[in-house]
Amino acid sequence: MSTYEVDVRGEPPVAVMALEGRIDRDAMTSLTMAYEAAVVADPPVILLDFTAVDYINSTGIALIVGVLGRARAEGRRVLAAGLSDHYERIFTITKLSDFIQIYSDVDAAVDGAATH
Amino acid sequence: MSSSVEVDRDRQEAQAPADDPVTGPVDEAASKSGDDAAAGGRRGLTSRLRRRPTTSAPESTPEVVTGPALDIAPNDPILGYFHETPGVVDIRTLTLESPALDKMREAGVVLVVPLVTSGELVGLLQLGARLSERDYSKDDRQLLESLARYAAPALRLGQLVRQQEAEARSRERFEQELKVAQLIQQQFLPKTLPDLPTWHISAFYRPARTVGGDFYDFISLPDGRVMVVTGDVTDKGVPAALVMSSTHALLRETSPRLKSPSAVLARVNDLLCDDIPAHMFVTCLAMVLDPPTGRVDFANAGHNLPYVRGVDGTVRELHATGMPLGLMPGMTYDQYSAVIAPGEQLLLYSDGLTEQHDGNGEMFGFGRTADVVARARTGDELTDLCVSELARFTGADVEQEDDITLVALRRTEGAAHGASAPGVITAFTLASDPGNEREALARVAEAVVDLGLTADQLERLKTAVAEATMNAIEHGNANRHDVPVDVTVHDEGTQIAVTVTDHGGALGEVGTTHPDLELKLAGLQTPRGWGLFLIENMVDEVDQTMENGRHTVRLVMHLDPDATTDKEGPDVDV
Repeated sequence: MSTYEVDVRGEPPVAVMALEGRIDRDAMTSLTMAYEAAVVADPPVILLDFTAVDYINSTGIALIVGVLGRARAEGRRVLAAGLSDHYERIFTITKLSDFIQIYSDVDAAVDGAATH
Repeated sequence: MSSSVEVDRDRQEAQAPADDPVTGPVDEAASKSGDDAAAGGRRGLTSRLRRRPTTSAPESTPEVVTGPALDIAPNDPILGYFHETPGVVDIRTLTLESPALDKMREAGVVLVVPLVTSGELVGLLQLGARLSERDYSKDDRQLLESLARYAAPALRLGQLVRQQEAEARSRERFEQELKVAQLIQQQFLPKTLPDLPTWHISAFYRPARTVGGDFYDFISLPDGRVMVVTGDVTDKGVPAALVMSSTHALLRETSPRLKSPSAVLARVNDLLCDDIPAHMFVTCLAMVLDPPTGRVDFANAGHNLPYVRGVDGTVRELHATGMPLGLMPGMTYDQYSAVIAPGEQLLLYSDGLTEQHDGNGEMFGFGRTADVVARARTGDELTDLCVSELARFTGADVEQEDDITLVALRRTEGAAHGASAPGVITAFTLASDPGNEREALARVAEAVVDLGLTADQLERLKTAVAEATMNAIEHGNANRHDVPVDVTVHDEGTQIAVTVTDHGGALGEVGTTHPDLELKLAGLQTPRGWGLFLIENMVDEVDQTMENGRHTVRLVMHLDPDATTDKEGPDVDV
């Protein structure tokens, strides 16, 4: 992941973390910073947008587990959008999908956050 | 009037086939060289003969007449006559059927003094009528005879010196040309042999002293296959080397584009026909090798047929025929296929081997070549045997007639899988630097692209390879840059296997605990430790082995037998 961007949308407010490129050991700093930026406004929901991500490895999974653990500790829900079939499968295998609601895209996730 | 004729026997021999048989190669040398001994003698004689009439007949103007250029045919009987007759010959009274004699008479020659030395006729002194009204006296004749005795060896010496100089010049030119031919030819022979997984390649090239036009080459095709070519240009020396270099360039240019041996030969033939000298042509065998499967596709333009040694030592020929390149445009070449099984060895060779003669004129031939192929298990053994058997056959004093080229390709035997040994598609080594797993992933993905995996399987295999490589780099080799990670991809027919080997000497602890997300989220387990878990869930089989301090993870993905993906790749055009 080379850049990050935080956009807060909808009601309840959903902080959208637009991730990019590779989620691996190199993404550690930027992911942490993106999370810090996302929670400045104390949103109840965090959305991880994987639309522009092309590679996630086990280190990346560990980073996502870290984000999820921290968000849960802070009482925030975590959603995911834009995962390829392959990485959605990995979220299922690792049981991340038990804790992270997965949507096809950002709009669906923002809508979903409002109805749940 | 006087002149001399030199009989140049050596020139006669050297040029006999090219000369007009009627006139023959005997040239005159009356005034060729003002400072050689013979010419000096002639001048002295001329002036002496002329002095008398000047004093006795002051009214006459002495006229210097140059003798006629006279060609004497080698079969003219007069040569034999002069050779056998010592002393002065008065040709006015000579009765002999001789065209040269007639010509001499026409030119006004009266006396001829053969210049004979060491039993060889090396020239003639020709004299016209005396300028005074008196005929040649006995004294005159004696003078001429003794002159001839001195002049003949001197003339011969002059001829020999001249001949030696000419030979030295021609030898120098010849050596120079050989050097140039050698340089051109060696420029185009491969400097290194390709490194193909599961194949051993050996090549041997020994030029004849006169340098023929043999060549061989390995041309990588974009799909990972290799075009192997061997060829031979007729003729020798610089012309052959130049045609060889054009052929080499055309093969290099067309092979990666056309890919099929038959198409390449047809194209190169058409291009060569435009420019090749009329009497020259090129024999060439073109063969495309698919290293993982052992399949060879080949076509032949008049070259020797390759031999294959089976695992049991039997020898078979790969048959393909076609016209040599450069003879006629528009030729087509049939393409054939064969499979070289693990443990088999293929030999491509030039006729410098089979057509070498021994002292009795017998050729080494195909039978002896096949025998050598049958006996040799490895490429080096094969080239060594060819050389030693050929030397034994010809004996020590027989010169090598033509270039000898041998290219041996041996497919190694699969270690544990017997006949169905897995073909290694690709094998590579990575340094243990973080992030190199992405290179492993990319290279494996590229290698298996045509093997029939579904898109989903390919993604899963990529993730598994990346995780296994990461484990090897980080845990097995502890990120030590100079400790390698070896990755090998096998096509096992119904499945694809990838092995990842580190040299760490210990199993990584990554896979020892089963990751539990709830425990991790509760902070009771590290968020990490997903590697082996992911691998196990990505591929159909995972094995880990430990051998001699090397830890190998083997990842297996089963192929769906109903998948419609074309495993053969694009068809070649025949």
